[in-house]
Amino acid sequence: MNRFIDLTLNGIANGAIYAAVALSLVLIWRATRILNFAQAGMLMLTTFVAWAIVDSGASYWVGFAVALASGLVLGALIERVVIRHVEGAPALNAVIVTIGLLVLLQAAAGMIWGGNPRSFAPAFSIKGYEIGGRAVLFSPFDLFTVLVVAGLMLGVTLLFARTSLGLRMRAAAFAPEISRLLGVRVGDMYTVGWALGSVAASLAGVLVAPSVFVSPNAFDAVLVFGFTAAVIGGLESPLGALVGGLVLGLALSYVSGYGGAELVTLGALGILVAVLMVRPNGLFSRAQARRV
Amino acid sequence: MRSTIRPLAAACIAALGIGVAACGSDDGSSTGGSNSSSSGKPSASAPGISATQVTVGGHFPLTGPAAPGYSEIPQAIDAYFKYVNAAGGIHGRKLKMIIRDDGYNPTNTVKVTKQLVLQDKIFAMLGGLGTPTHTKVVDFLNTSRVPDLFVSSGCLCWDQPKEHPQTFGWQPDYTVEGKILGQWIAEKLKGKKVAYFLQNDDFGMDGAKGLDHYIPKDQVVTRQTYEPGNTDIGPQMAKIKASGAEVVAMFTIPAYTALVELAGLKLDYHPQLVVSNVGSDPTTLKGLLKAFSKGKAPSALIDGIQSDAYLPPTSDTSNDWVALFKKIHDAYIPKLPLDGNVEYGLAMAYTFVSALQRAGVNPTRQGIVETIERGGLTGPGLVPFRYSKDSHAGYTGVAISKIEGGETKLTGKPMVTDDGDGQITEYGGAPAQAPANGIPAAG
Amino acid sequence: MSSSLPRHVAVAVVAGIALFVLSEQLSAYDNLQLATMAYYFVAVAGLTVLTGQNGQISLGHGALMAVGAYATVKIQDAVTWPLAAVLLGASLIAAVAGALAGAAAARLRGPYLAGATLALAVGLPALATRFSGFLGGSNGLVVAPPVPPRWLGATFPLERWQAWIACLAALVVYVLLANLVRSGYGRAFRAVRDDEIAAQLSGYRVARTQVVAFVASAACAGLAGGLLVVVTSLAAPGAFPLSLSVTLLTGVVLGGSGSLAGAAWGAAALVLVPTWADDASKALSLSSNVQANLALAIYGVVLIAVMLVAPGGIQAAVRRLGALALRTAQPHARGSAPWAHQEEKPS
Repeated sequence: MNRFIDLTLNGIANGAIYAAVALSLVLIWRATRILNFAQAGMLMLTTFVAWAIVDSGASYWVGFAVALASGLVLGALIERVVIRHVEGAPALNAVIVTIGLLVLLQAAAGMIWGGNPRSFAPAFSIKGYEIGGRAVLFSPFDLFTVLVVAGLMLGVTLLFARTSLGLRMRAAAFAPEISRLLGVRVGDMYTVGWALGSVAASLAGVLVAPSVFVSPNAFDAVLVFGFTAAVIGGLESPLGALVGGLVLGLALSYVSGYGGAELVTLGALGILVAVLMVRPNGLFSRAQARRV
Repeated sequence: MRSTIRPLAAACIAALGIGVAACGSDDGSSTGGSNSSSSGKPSASAPGISATQVTVGGHFPLTGPAAPGYSEIPQAIDAYFKYVNAAGGIHGRKLKMIIRDDGYNPTNTVKVTKQLVLQDKIFAMLGGLGTPTHTKVVDFLNTSRVPDLFVSSGCLCWDQPKEHPQTFGWQPDYTVEGKILGQWIAEKLKGKKVAYFLQNDDFGMDGAKGLDHYIPKDQVVTRQTYEPGNTDIGPQMAKIKASGAEVVAMFTIPAYTALVELAGLKLDYHPQLVVSNVGSDPTTLKGLLKAFSKGKAPSALIDGIQSDAYLPPTSDTSNDWVALFKKIHDAYIPKLPLDGNVEYGLAMAYTFVSALQRAGVNPTRQGIVETIERGGLTGPGLVPFRYSKDSHAGYTGVAISKIEGGETKLTGKPMVTDDGDGQITEYGGAPAQAPANGIPAAG
Repeated sequence: MSSSLPRHVAVAVVAGIALFVLSEQLSAYDNLQLATMAYYFVAVAGLTVLTGQNGQISLGHGALMAVGAYATVKIQDAVTWPLAAVLLGASLIAAVAGALAGAAAARLRGPYLAGATLALAVGLPALATRFSGFLGGSNGLVVAPPVPPRWLGATFPLERWQAWIACLAALVVYVLLANLVRSGYGRAFRAVRDDEIAAQLSGYRVARTQVVAFVASAACAGLAGGLLVVVTSLAAPGAFPLSLSVTLLTGVVLGGSGSLAGAAWGAAALVLVPTWADDASKALSLSSNVQANLALAIYGVVLIAVMLVAPGGIQAAVRRLGALALRTAQPHARGSAPWAHQEEKPS
């Protein structure tokens, strides 16, 4: 029973990270219908920037804020400068551009900071809570992670449902021509989508950085699992990203704990296939009315 | 006919491309005859050896997930070569180290090894890194009769003089290390429950084989493995804690030693850690754990870790070898930390240069192999090499050490053993002195 | 479509002769590069049929190459068949894996298919560590390289023999795929790609078409994996990381998605761009961090630049240049030659 509790809590903490990365992919997909493979590189870069700031003596929270701010700027910049040119093009072209960006960002980080992994401070203590007289696999930092990601989800959902910005973003994504006619600046909405997605990813980056040690390739696994979580949840809704992340995090924790660490990637494949067999567009996909 | 031309055009332009690439990377080293001569003026006596230069090369992960730490080794080798060159070289020849990146991908290892041998025309391979990578080029190097010196890996597989006469190991292999650590645990931590935490490949498995030689089976309460690349070891550490182990014997790379420390903090679990030398370098660990030691001394998290060493600890500045290495490090690679990987590279380069000195004024490929097999190479090692006609394994053992005050302190005498059922014996020999100018003497 | 087979064979024969002559001129290492290009072509060609002709984006073909590679090693361990039979067997095993994956993937579209194949690429090589007794664990398996037959001479360079094997396989694959693309199956692939509902209304069985395309591309990937074993003599999980699958996809698009000539360009680019970038970085004396990463940075820039400037890939750029050249050579024929308006068919 103790083991189950440990693995569940561990899975929730990991799942929150996957959910944040999944959310960033969902936001960008919803805005521009592009799968952003460069997300791992972008969040790696903003985490490095945060690390550099904290390493030079600033407080942790300054670094945290800088990471989010630079995520915002980086996302907007990349959308404006690079992605704008492939937004109408076939999906494959955008995929290749983002892959090229990923490779470039990782190489650039390697050139600037080298391959040595850096130590990144956690926001709060990593000592596990005492439950029933024993320390469980869940710490104040993990709780912070979960709460922040939940808050992010709530914020994004409210943004889309309640604000005019959210409405404009949704309009720009679903019906760009009509939106333009109605005065929505569609291009700006795309930029906002990328900026928000990038902020979500940067958040995931600083939250996971303490346990992966910051280096150019350290976030590859997080992207793979974040992508898997996004697909499980369905790329259409932030709630899907949250659920997908938690489901994946829990499942992989159980696989690792009861099966063995070498089964984790196979476990991810298994869960993904299982979900997609039943719901080909993810758990939270809308009903598809195209069966002939 | 358009559809005919296109694939043809593609093939022709590809050919042009290969031709351009080939022209660009010709090294211009001469190929010489194979008569060995131990006197006279330096001449082109072997592929990769000209009258003025000795060219060696190796494959290393310079990029990718395996690069952290390991990419320092070839830079250290190169630094030592630069130091030797500044003093005039060996027998009047400058030393050149060609470093090629394989990203720890065996397909690339094959490619760059062929490039080193066929295009760069190296005299020998030096320090090729990694077991899954180097095992894929051992056959090629041996059939091409290229000396394959001092593989950077503790696999037992480099010690096969009959099948692979060109290949030599260098570091103590994982089973030798495991035996010595295992004996220490069995004697000093008698009766305590032991857990193993192992990397899920030959590093972990061969190390465990050594541990099992001495630690009684019923004392080992659990064996857990991790996959490099997957940093979530919480489930495994929780299981180790639940097993009640008071000692964790670890064959881990530094990132995972650090993760075990962090998991221990999380679970409020503080067993005695006994870690392979691969994963216990204090400089590296302190760097990884820097952000977690808020307020406390950065070494607080790693003090008390038991490990082993076969080179003098880099913090022992009174040691003449360490002083030499520090001098070279500060002059040529000051941006790198003076850590275990850098010491590894410098010491390995020293071993190579010793062999080269002894191979005579005009070394040949066969000659350098024979020189190493003759034995008697000395250097910074705390234990001797095993090199002989019957064994191509490197260092014969390790000394038990402990991390205190954030530095490695040798606590035991150097011990030597084999990777089979042989006993562990103390090595009583005096450590070699570093030469005054830092360059091995000839003969 | 019976007239297209002789044409494809003729192309293959001419290309074969050119490659034969080329391989005689090249050094051993360059023959290795040629052999690498050839097996990349086999994998990229299969993938371009799947992605460009049939519209399914797969990020998992590196895993299918792994299946072919391991199958090759295990078959060679078990029986002493001629190499061609071994490669055929490996290709069939990979085709079976492709049928399973394709059947599972038939209902998936776009990013969901990409995600599923990505998980396949990451998860499948882990089987080697799970079944380390049979599959060699993380060290993988080693085989002896193929020995050139005695009648070629005792000193026939191994690398040239490897290049011949790989190029011959590439030419065979070219002929087969070119025929497939021109056949009824090819029409079905493109019909489903262009408008699934219209295709279904016209009587095409969409799921079956998707699976056939997947199986064809998987067979090619499996053969490419077998050729990788021939060229490198190894099968190890470290040789099939996610980046291999991604690299194959970039090869498809760099060369020109959907076209076999594009696959040739793409395969050449995958081998040559890193080589040139590496040579460039070694020529400049840079700090070690910059030098180690420069080749990667250049590759990333090339990908982005080609997509922004020449989104149709190298093949489309070549075609445009060719059309431009022909138009300037025959200005009076502009608009009158029937082929000037012919719809561009992939070939």
